Amino acid sequence: MTGAVSNIIEVEGLTVGFGSVNILENLDLQVREGEILGVVGGSGTGKSVLLRSITGLIRPRAGRIRVFGETLDELDSEERSAIEQRWGVLFQDGALFSSLTVAQNVQVPLREHLKLPQKLMDEIAAYKIAMAGLPADAGPKYPSELSGGMRKRAGLARALALDPEILFLDEPTAGLDPIGAAAFDDLIGELQQTLKLTVFLVTHDLDTLHAVCNRIAVLAERRVLVVGTMDDMLKVDHPWVREYFHGPRSRAAGILVDREG
Amino acid sequence: MAAAGEFAIEEDDASWTLEASGDWLMRSVGPLSAALDDMAVRHKPLTIDLGNLAALDTGGAWLLHRTIKRLQAEGVDVVLRNVRRDHNFLIDRVAENDHPCQVEAERSPALIELLARVGDWAVHTVHGMRNALGFMGLVAATIGRLILNPSRFRFTSFVNFMEKTGLDALPIVGMISFLIGMVIAYMGAVLLRPYGGEVFFADLLGVTMLRELAVLLSAIIVAGRSGSAFTAQIGSMKLHEEIDAMRTFGLDPIEILVVPRLLALLVTLPILAFFGDLMGLMGGGLMAWIVLDTPPDLFLTRLRDAIDLSTFLVGVSRAPFFAVIIALCGCYEGLQVKGSAESVGYHTTKSVVESIFLVIVTTALFSVFYLTIDV
Repeated sequence: MTGAVSNIIEVEGLTVGFGSVNILENLDLQVREGEILGVVGGSGTGKSVLLRSITGLIRPRAGRIRVFGETLDELDSEERSAIEQRWGVLFQDGALFSSLTVAQNVQVPLREHLKLPQKLMDEIAAYKIAMAGLPADAGPKYPSELSGGMRKRAGLARALALDPEILFLDEPTAGLDPIGAAAFDDLIGELQQTLKLTVFLVTHDLDTLHAVCNRIAVLAERRVLVVGTMDDMLKVDHPWVREYFHGPRSRAAGILVDREG
Repeated sequence: MAAAGEFAIEEDDASWTLEASGDWLMRSVGPLSAALDDMAVRHKPLTIDLGNLAALDTGGAWLLHRTIKRLQAEGVDVVLRNVRRDHNFLIDRVAENDHPCQVEAERSPALIELLARVGDWAVHTVHGMRNALGFMGLVAATIGRLILNPSRFRFTSFVNFMEKTGLDALPIVGMISFLIGMVIAYMGAVLLRPYGGEVFFADLLGVTMLRELAVLLSAIIVAGRSGSAFTAQIGSMKLHEEIDAMRTFGLDPIEILVVPRLLALLVTLPILAFFGDLMGLMGGGLMAWIVLDTPPDLFLTRLRDAIDLSTFLVGVSRAPFFAVIIALCGCYEGLQVKGSAESVGYHTTKSVVESIFLVIVTTALFSVFYLTIDV
């Protein structure tokens, strides 16, 4: 049983590249079970590439990725699908299927992987939608009728449809207003508590990092530069990390005030 | 792996107990829900014991919640026993989120739906015609403005579209005309042979290819390849708000997107039709030479007697009209795209169907017209 594994995701020596450039080189990262890990880094440092490599959407050039203690490359398609059912991914703009309603979107993984009576699926879709903080009247709407924030919540409801153990979030608060972003942060924290999720969170948002993340991994120079808590980050003496965590936005997010003030 | 979720029922005179055990997880919810639904309801107080529950997620919690709700509605008192704190928390969270919602988009009864669709269609058709007319006027006015101020004309994009709609279409137009030419020559010869007029296949080939077919085939191919491309390009620009962005800079999307495409087709479609004429005649001539033993010089002599410049002009004079139809349909539908990727597909289909339909109607009108004026 995988319960004994305290690192739910282990990445070793990961190298990913396109054409003649390597985006990530010899990258190591461990994600512990039950934590919210925030992954930060400047634009183009490969945060989303890392997420896509772990979830198997991009084939790495070298390196080993173990999720739930299993190396994904070594599995046959059936075992792989079993692993994939144990994680959920929220893409940047929700990536909802535009020809289906929100409720039908949530039912896609249920329909695909479980044999459930329609009535039960309708009920499950309804409480997932409510858990993602959407009103009940959002269920029969098409994605094009929703605002950006609602699309993200709908995408979250779909990512959580199978009660996954790991949740991957790609910039969940990008494009949301501060109130919406704060509400989304709360929602992630709350769901993580309720569902005992491990969350792998790619973000740019200092507020999110401050509010919900247990640990932070900084991507720079094609690898994970440092991993640690917010307090650790403030002590790091790398120019980019200093700039990022000691900048004016960081002050605004209350990170420095809490600790230095 | 732990055991799949299951439950057992114990009953005595005054009460009954449901003991849940194993994993009550999303993946085992299916069989469990069926069993719970089939469970006979005893009308006396029920205790649900969760002491042996190994694992619970929202799927299992939901099952418990809906079962409790159903039993309570039937007047059964339900208490939970030996509930772990985290399980209790999960059940409470699920209960809090019990807000049923509609799954499918709202639908009216079939008859009303039908009437609504007919009405919708009628209104849309009238509006569509008015809008299309407005669009034509807008394009004409824009072209007029460009004539007065030619420096604003996007020459690069015009040349680019000539290459894409004309040069790149040459192989397919040539190939299809060539094959159709072969078919007409062969069929003509076979049908005319019993009357001893085998050699008149050249008349048939020359007249059908030049007057009707080459230009029609070119127009249909261009509608399928370039008209659809116009709709998809402009449609996805519309989706990504690129057209709104243009407007904010004071740029006119009609001038930048529509006019170069329209003028490019106006130039290239007659050329494609001419090329189709040539390839069709070549295909027919080759067929005649190889299969029907008609030497090329005899074929050419017959052809020269059968057709003259007016035959060619009757055909190719339609090309500019077809070009306008295809370009306007393609661009107009592209600008109608809104909302989602699905809309791009819908309007692309619509533009191709509309332009091919209009091209064929126009062909028929032209044929009648030329017959009436005796050309």
